[in-house]
Amino acid sequence: MSTGLERSQPPVEVSEDELEALLGDRALARDDHLNAPGFVVRPDDVQSVLSDLKERAGFDHLSNLTAQQYEDRYESIYHLKKYADPTQEVSIVVPTPIDDPVSESAAPVFSTADWHEREAFDLVGIDYEGHPDPRRILLPETWQGHPLSLDYDQEKPQLVTLTDHANPIQPDHHDAESDTMFLNIGPHHPATHGVLHLETVLDGETVVDVDPDVGYLHRCEEQMCQNGTYRHQIMPYPDRWDYVSAGLLNEWAYARVAEDLADIEVPDYAQVIRTMGAELCRIASHMLALATFALDVYGDFTAIFQYGMRDREVVQDILEDLTGQRLMFNYFRLGGVAWDLPEPREEFIAKTRDFLDELPAKVDEYNDLLTGNEIFQVRCHDTGVLEPEAAKDYGCTGPVARGSGIDYDLRRDDPYGYYDELEWDVVTEPGCDNYSRVLVRMREVEESAKIIEQCLDLLEDWPEDEREIQANVPRTLKPDADTEVYRAVEGAKGELGIYIRADGTDKPARFKIRSPCFHNLSALPEMANGEYVPDLIASLGSLDIVLGEVDR
Amino acid sequence: MSSNNPRQQIHGSTAPSTDTRDSRIGEGPDDRFNSKLREAFGSTPFILTKFDKFMNWVRGNSMFMLQFGIACCSIEMMHTYAIKHDLDRFGAGVPRASPRQADVMIVPGTIVSKFGPRMKRVYDQMPEPKFVVGMGSCTISGGPFQEGYNVVKGAEEIIPIDIHVPGCPPRPEALIYGVAKLQERIRNGESTPVVVKPYELEQFGDLPKDELVQKLADDIDEDDLVMRYNWADSP
Ligand code: SF4
Repeated sequence: MSTGLERSQPPVEVSEDELEALLGDRALARDDHLNAPGFVVRPDDVQSVLSDLKERAGFDHLSNLTAQQYEDRYESIYHLKKYADPTQEVSIVVPTPIDDPVSESAAPVFSTADWHEREAFDLVGIDYEGHPDPRRILLPETWQGHPLSLDYDQEKPQLVTLTDHANPIQPDHHDAESDTMFLNIGPHHPATHGVLHLETVLDGETVVDVDPDVGYLHRCEEQMCQNGTYRHQIMPYPDRWDYVSAGLLNEWAYARVAEDLADIEVPDYAQVIRTMGAELCRIASHMLALATFALDVYGDFTAIFQYGMRDREVVQDILEDLTGQRLMFNYFRLGGVAWDLPEPREEFIAKTRDFLDELPAKVDEYNDLLTGNEIFQVRCHDTGVLEPEAAKDYGCTGPVARGSGIDYDLRRDDPYGYYDELEWDVVTEPGCDNYSRVLVRMREVEESAKIIEQCLDLLEDWPEDEREIQANVPRTLKPDADTEVYRAVEGAKGELGIYIRADGTDKPARFKIRSPCFHNLSALPEMANGEYVPDLIASLGSLDIVLGEVDR
Repeated sequence: MSSNNPRQQIHGSTAPSTDTRDSRIGEGPDDRFNSKLREAFGSTPFILTKFDKFMNWVRGNSMFMLQFGIACCSIEMMHTYAIKHDLDRFGAGVPRASPRQADVMIVPGTIVSKFGPRMKRVYDQMPEPKFVVGMGSCTISGGPFQEGYNVVKGAEEIIPIDIHVPGCPPRPEALIYGVAKLQERIRNGESTPVVVKPYELEQFGDLPKDELVQKLADDIDEDDLVMRYNWADSP
């Protein structure tokens, strides 16, 4: 049994007083968020404050950076956590004046701040001094203005160029000492899992440098959510972040943060349904991850890929019965779920049980085909190595972190739903390579099956008159102005978090999504530089990114 | 026949395969090929048709789809190709990784400003005659993201679309229906007039010199290909 909170080393608690002492007079003020104590610091103290928190207080996980504009200032909020105990959180708030939005870059302290700050610059317009690579990240270079800033005009025409890519290291002619080649992989390429562009520099077959160029699917999700009302209009969007059938897991991220914000208590019965649905989604998502990974490694569209799709069809069928949709479920509601299990209930439960009964045989099949296969092992062992320290530095979470031996799973460490009442294990693999990441996903499927089974038992025996699927939620939610909250759940790819600032209306004033894929992808150069091109492709596959969630 | 010496001679089979074939078929044409159509043709198995008609029939029955994933809809598109739905049954099956080998493009997802020009480039690389199936609300109008600052309000702004399949996402069955309808049209020799207007790819130097163009003029080479997104005028 290991759902309990026992772990290898008990984390050291840092009390708020100790934090205050640590920051000293660098902390200008307190700004408490619902989830964590917040300290306001000056823009030129960012590095020293963050590195003290990292080195001396153990906050080694920069889980999110939220940037936003108020009438009178810009603000960056660094959300820090601990890999050892994500319930210990602290927010560092950095205000900058409206006429001079410059703040010190945190990239030297946390590598993951690199992409975070590029995004903050791109969408909100804060400059980060000392940033190693201050380019736009999601929008094209020629874009005018910062769309999430207050004075942005959406009607203005924009230009997009088809820039040709020069070789950033060497010009294209041969020279005796070095002959590198510049290669574009994507944005239309079967191995990039969507519209991702990898600017790759090769020396022979070895990758010298790879620079993921994202933003080809930037669908303005944050703006869309800021335009929606809390109660009903936001919920359809989470389905479309990680669209590989991880819909319910994403919906839970929004449900969790909004329920915290509005103080909604979800009935137990609904929590069990949510837990079961979410784990079904995890299985569907991992199946596709496996299938496409095999496609990347073997280039084989007809065998293993089809096995994965076969099993996903079964799971999707069950989810369709439950939610009424095949992919975009829109099943969670604030305070519960949309409807009860389908009638006849026994039939649904039997169908799901059948799936679970067949699962072990299928897992054996996958082990025969894939993880037990010698060629596969040769391709995946010791390729795409991501050391745990590097993984933490890049803010990796989910199967990517667990494949590097980092024991971090929000379902156990920051429990929500019904997870802490059930028996299951967090899977980790110490290998740090492509192979361990695949193994983690395979084994997580089995753990999810365990969870679903227990949920089914509970649902079956639940007293008939206590099947309450919805709490009583007011029709219009208007959280108090200036309430701020950041909450995360364990999505299929890792920590999926949302920050919301309420402004007293029925729509959020700022809605920031922390997507696991964004951070996992930022670690790609770390894994692939110095390896062969096919290993780069395999590493990318093993990260299991979904561009909808990278670009949001 | 195991011997370490190489065989010098190859002997004909002692039981020629034609014997068995003959005995299996018996007199006259092989039963297995005796379709109703064949009977109708009688002793002269030739048909006369217009070459164009014949070609349309051929095109409609062997379509090479471009393996093209953009967003959520592409997951359902993959299911359409895969087990259970198996688009290949309809003669429109095996996806091609390169646009140069494909003649049908299914556009499955949201097109944003950064990707628009790339999609057009891929489309341009496909050989004629080519056809496009627009899959999902995003491809039709921008779908749930229509209000987004970055979202192109439908693929039709960039490339001509032959068939729209609505839904978010359309189920695999719906996509199959759309493809079948497209095949029907191709077989009938129908094609969609090319109506793309607002966002053609242009050279930067050719754009009217408005405020934006002036502002960018220092950064962008005259010969660079650009696309202009005029949000205000788009539907
Ligand atoms: S139509 Fe719906 S499912 Fe398809 S890409 Fe758009 S949002 Fe995704």
